[in-house]
Amino acid sequence: MRQSARHVMNLALVLAVVAGVAGCAQKRPPVARPSPLGIGEEMPGGEAAVTRPPAPPEPAGPGAGAGVPEPPTPVVADEAEGLEARSIEELNRDSPLRPVFFDFDSMDINDTGRQVLDANAELLRRNPAWVVTIEGHCDSRGTAEYNLALGERRALAARDYLESLGIPSARFRTVSYGEEFPFDPAATEEAFARNRRAHFVITAK
Amino acid sequence: MTRYSPLPFACAVLGGLALLVAGSRAQVPPAPQTPPASQQSEVELTITGEPGTPPRLAVPDFIPLGSDPDTVAAAKLMGQVLWDDLDFEREFLLVPRDTYASIPPATSFTDVPLDRWRELGADGVVVGTVRRAGNTIVVQVRLFDVKSRRSAFGREYSGGPQSARLYAHTAADEIHKQQRGLRGVARTRLTFSSDRDGGRTSGVGGARTAKEVYIADYDGANQRRLTVNRTLNIFPVWSSDGRSIAYTSYRRGFPDVFVSHIFQGTFETPAGGDARVHNWLASWSPDGSRIAFTSNRDGNAELYVVNTDGSGLRRLTNHPAVDTTPTWSPAGNEIAFTSDRSGPPQIYVVPADGLGTPRRITTESYADRPTWAPAPYNEIAFAARTGRGYDIRIYEVASGETRQVTFGEGSNESPAYAPNGRHIAFTSTRKGKSHIFIIGRDGRGLRQITTSGNNFTPDWSR
Repeated sequence: MRQSARHVMNLALVLAVVAGVAGCAQKRPPVARPSPLGIGEEMPGGEAAVTRPPAPPEPAGPGAGAGVPEPPTPVVADEAEGLEARSIEELNRDSPLRPVFFDFDSMDINDTGRQVLDANAELLRRNPAWVVTIEGHCDSRGTAEYNLALGERRALAARDYLESLGIPSARFRTVSYGEEFPFDPAATEEAFARNRRAHFVITAK
Repeated sequence: MTRYSPLPFACAVLGGLALLVAGSRAQVPPAPQTPPASQQSEVELTITGEPGTPPRLAVPDFIPLGSDPDTVAAAKLMGQVLWDDLDFEREFLLVPRDTYASIPPATSFTDVPLDRWRELGADGVVVGTVRRAGNTIVVQVRLFDVKSRRSAFGREYSGGPQSARLYAHTAADEIHKQQRGLRGVARTRLTFSSDRDGGRTSGVGGARTAKEVYIADYDGANQRRLTVNRTLNIFPVWSSDGRSIAYTSYRRGFPDVFVSHIFQGTFETPAGGDARVHNWLASWSPDGSRIAFTSNRDGNAELYVVNTDGSGLRRLTNHPAVDTTPTWSPAGNEIAFTSDRSGPPQIYVVPADGLGTPRRITTESYADRPTWAPAPYNEIAFAARTGRGYDIRIYEVASGETRQVTFGEGSNESPAYAPNGRHIAFTSTRKGKSHIFIIGRDGRGLRQITTSGNNFTPDWSR
């Protein structure tokens, strides 16, 4: 219940901000396909989140954290044109939302990871209808049982960082796959490194 | 918690079972293992070996009383299965079957050449007969003491010819019980997850290798698939009555604990997951009334206990670190689990009511998947990192000492005890792919159970 209360607060904030910044929204009008009346209700699943209005501009600016580097905006801006036209399947096949990689047995987001997430946050701001599932993955050197919890923490770490940049939590789902879905099945250091990640899947746009 | 009548998942399960049964008519559905009809016919007599050594038993092919191919095949099969079952527990020394050729086969219980078996070094010989009676077979089993030439054990089983293995397993359990006072496991089953059918997931995440829940006899026979939903179905565990399996399934897009009643084809989700509340790694209490599991519902991985009907949810741990992988003590009053509250994952023990501070019992570089042995063994098996992979180690609760049962052949994980505590099933990569193996709790008697696909996280029925 605390969770839904938070949603309501976030959404109220979002709606207020939308009213103010509607003129800034590019490409799409600031949608809200369903009536705002339904927004405060508990969301049954990821589908409902399609209806999210655009995100607010980040509350304190990207650099307000602890020395977070400027997001590489130019690249994002160029890509944005093509992203609108692509289907969800096409987007996920070569996702513009890059994965975050982790050290062995770690759920800490390093400097490289923060840069990746800063860029992802910018993309999410420019594509306010996107709803994203953050998958937590592990390499097979841990145990299958513990890795489900470790994957969970990796997904949450990525989500929490994005939330700290002002992306509302309602736009995210998280799910841990532990070591069950390796991106590279090889038993090499390179493969292990590729498999330790928070992976982004766009589920609605 | 939600309760479902048999649609649509149940149909899938039933369909899967029906398919399997239809595919091989010689298999019975996994009915509860009521022993076939048997009758006591002999005064009890215990076979003994040389002083200080177990009795030596020979188990030749059963005697087919009839020449039809089914009867002949059943007679041969039952001799082999019974030999394997009696060898498994190491209560007897089994005379190898390839030494029997010189002994003329008996044609009935009255012409067994007991002197010849004695010359071969046997203290006892198990003789069986098989005959057809209409649509059923009648199996008689006797254990002869070669010294006194008396029968120490006699049983008769009858029923469908497809149950030949079950009759041999039942005879093994009854011989172990009568001769050694041991609860055998010949009629128990394993469950595990496997990617062997090559199923792929669908959805926006892309096509990924699915895992389904399988069951098999304890010796690896009769392997069959239980789930058919092409997602992740992992960490299956048997209920204490062997009629249900709890497992972690992603069939709704997130991990939740499913309890499948495998004979009714119905299932329940007592942990009550949804898109944000995820539940995984179920562990059944010894009395079957409760399930411990891991959930993220309060923000990070904590342990919870819920009644199997979904009522009485209770939080067991409360720590910002990961708490996961619960296992119950045999009395149900304590739970061992994995936590990384002190750094890398280690094994802890906490009272099952959650009151009291968890007590750490391992000092490994990494430890997970504790499994508490059934009585009388007061010990906890777990996977410990040893070099590049893992090995199975056993913590003895009374002494606090730890011993090791695998030694660096591949990676060895996810131990699960046999219901009598004498063997451990586990996952190993020692043969390349990931397979289920069984080993004695003393590290002897390794057996490979699976040979197809990759196979993971076994559990042993009670």
